[in-house]
Amino acid sequence: MTAIDASAGVRRERSFGSRLSTYIYLRPNLLLSILLGPPLLWMVVVYLGSLIALLVNSFYSLDDFTGLVVRQFTLKTYAQLLTPANMDIVLRTVGMAIAVTLAAALLAFPLAYFIARHASPRAKGWLYLAVLLPLWSSYLVRVYAWKLILAKEGILSWTIAQVGLSQTLQFLLNLPAIGGPSLSLSPIGIFIVFLYVWLPYMILPIQAALERVPKSLIEASGDLGARPGQTFRRVTLPLAFPGVVAGSIFTFSLTMGDFIVPASLGNSSFFIGQAVLSHQGTSGNLPLAAAFTMVPIVIMVVYLLIARKLGAFDAL
Amino acid sequence: MSDHLQVAIRFERVSRHFGEVKAVDDVSLDVLDGEFFTLLGPSGSGKTTCLRMIAGFERPTAGRILLHGVDVSHLPPYERDVNTVFQDYALFPHMTVGENVAYGLMIRKTPKAERERRVGEILDLVRLTGMEGRRPSQLSGGQRQRVALARALINHPRVLLLDEPLGALDLKLRQQMQLELKAIQQRVGITFIYVTHDQEEALTMSDRLAVFNHGKIEQVGSPADVYENPTSPFVASFVGVTNLVSGEVAQAITGSPLTFSVRPEKIRIVAPGTRFSQDECAVDACVRDVIYLGLYTRYVLSLDVGGELIVVQQNLNTTRNEALAVRNQPARLIWSRSANRYLSEPGETV
Repeated sequence: MTAIDASAGVRRERSFGSRLSTYIYLRPNLLLSILLGPPLLWMVVVYLGSLIALLVNSFYSLDDFTGLVVRQFTLKTYAQLLTPANMDIVLRTVGMAIAVTLAAALLAFPLAYFIARHASPRAKGWLYLAVLLPLWSSYLVRVYAWKLILAKEGILSWTIAQVGLSQTLQFLLNLPAIGGPSLSLSPIGIFIVFLYVWLPYMILPIQAALERVPKSLIEASGDLGARPGQTFRRVTLPLAFPGVVAGSIFTFSLTMGDFIVPASLGNSSFFIGQAVLSHQGTSGNLPLAAAFTMVPIVIMVVYLLIARKLGAFDAL
Repeated sequence: MSDHLQVAIRFERVSRHFGEVKAVDDVSLDVLDGEFFTLLGPSGSGKTTCLRMIAGFERPTAGRILLHGVDVSHLPPYERDVNTVFQDYALFPHMTVGENVAYGLMIRKTPKAERERRVGEILDLVRLTGMEGRRPSQLSGGQRQRVALARALINHPRVLLLDEPLGALDLKLRQQMQLELKAIQQRVGITFIYVTHDQEEALTMSDRLAVFNHGKIEQVGSPADVYENPTSPFVASFVGVTNLVSGEVAQAITGSPLTFSVRPEKIRIVAPGTRFSQDECAVDACVRDVIYLGLYTRYVLSLDVGGELIVVQQNLNTTRNEALAVRNQPARLIWSRSANRYLSEPGETV
């Protein structure tokens, strides 16, 4: 009788594993801290820590005579950043990032729209693959491949010559600021390669955002009298805009931080990434390198604040 | 259909096939102006596809759809004078309630002052006065439902389409909204086409209803007509609960092998050996199961001639214990012959 009572409602044999499970089951916070501990440690110490170190460094300065970093709070380094030569680098980089982002958004949207709304499930799989495939190969290899494609004797120039558009190409290359001796040695070439390497990062967020827009909203808009163009402008685009913003964060910040593309292609004008590389490397001016690095971060923060103000995240 | 009444919607031999699947198969139907008309059927029976064809989201594979006499079969949704209340409400999440409701007017470039006045009026009608500034995400399911209704009604469509609009609401709210919808329909006088799989909802609200099965209409009529005089076994069992009796059991009871339907509430349970008249059916049985449901009790009885019948009796004077005590007791079932509805099996004539 007592034996039966004692075991009523409980499975008799309780192994160590089951007791451990029960122990954790009854303390959900313990499980949470076990799971979140390592990533939090990583995020706080390594990730945020290095960002803070960066920020702190940007307020130090380099002693011009000794070449040593003076660990004292100063705005001297930022004053140095604001000199015309350095601002040129910043503006060139930001201008390129804006151009690449806009072009990527314009190219990615129709493709993302097609993948999200029209492609059959099968086709969707293949299109994903096609979008992601370039990311499987080394970034360096792809950049060098483009160097060959864009070279004066490269396949692109040859093709353009074959279709009789050499004049147009020459006209573009003669333009001030973006032109150069050949595509591979001009800002146009840098733009093309940036657009190529970062395009997947724009397509995927837009596609995901479009995928989340219920079909019934599109139908409701049409049902209420909106022509497809109106529906796109008033319903689809506002709802997909968080995706565009997400994608633009990638393309914008990746372009601003990159030093390989402008170093491999283009003329010898510096981009922020190259400036950071040379300042922290050869000249050992870590503070100025850090200050340069702060530029993209500050721009991104301002950009996101504006995007929020404009309601880009209202539909999230 | 009488010709002096205005036909709002006419289906002329309409089919909609998705590959091999015949979602809607050769349907012809007339809906009159100002009617509350329900398309009733189980999921996959083609009722929603019919609604979507009226709205313009789907195009018929064959046949024509006329809206007030005009062939709209191949017109896009934005050129049809109909509006839809969607099953998931489909409210625009990036707009306020006011902007949602005013959407149709905004598209039609109605002046702002008039727009605001009409939004106020229509929100009054659906009892959401002063909610213009809210976001859909801040509303309850019932309120969203009303916004969806207001957004469609504000355009004064000739026909309003409702796709299971109450499906996501709880029972109490659903029953309340059923009566409200009906009242609104009578006030605005617009033709309502209502899709539902809930036969009780259909019986509550409709002027007439069409019962769908496998892409075809099985029966069209008033709720009472369809309930009282089902023309097929499917209609008899889908609209309400019924006993379908066929073959040898039918032969034993009525003297004819024709399939018939008899509603559970028409049958009386009496003591074995009770006498019955010429115009009554009687069968001896044993009470196999008693399900006490408060308002009424449902009995399942095994017939001595085979098969079983369900009988429902209101708990007028019966207590729970009395109801449950008849379990496993023999009994006689008696019902009026006129309660039998003889049904044609497919390919068989009555």
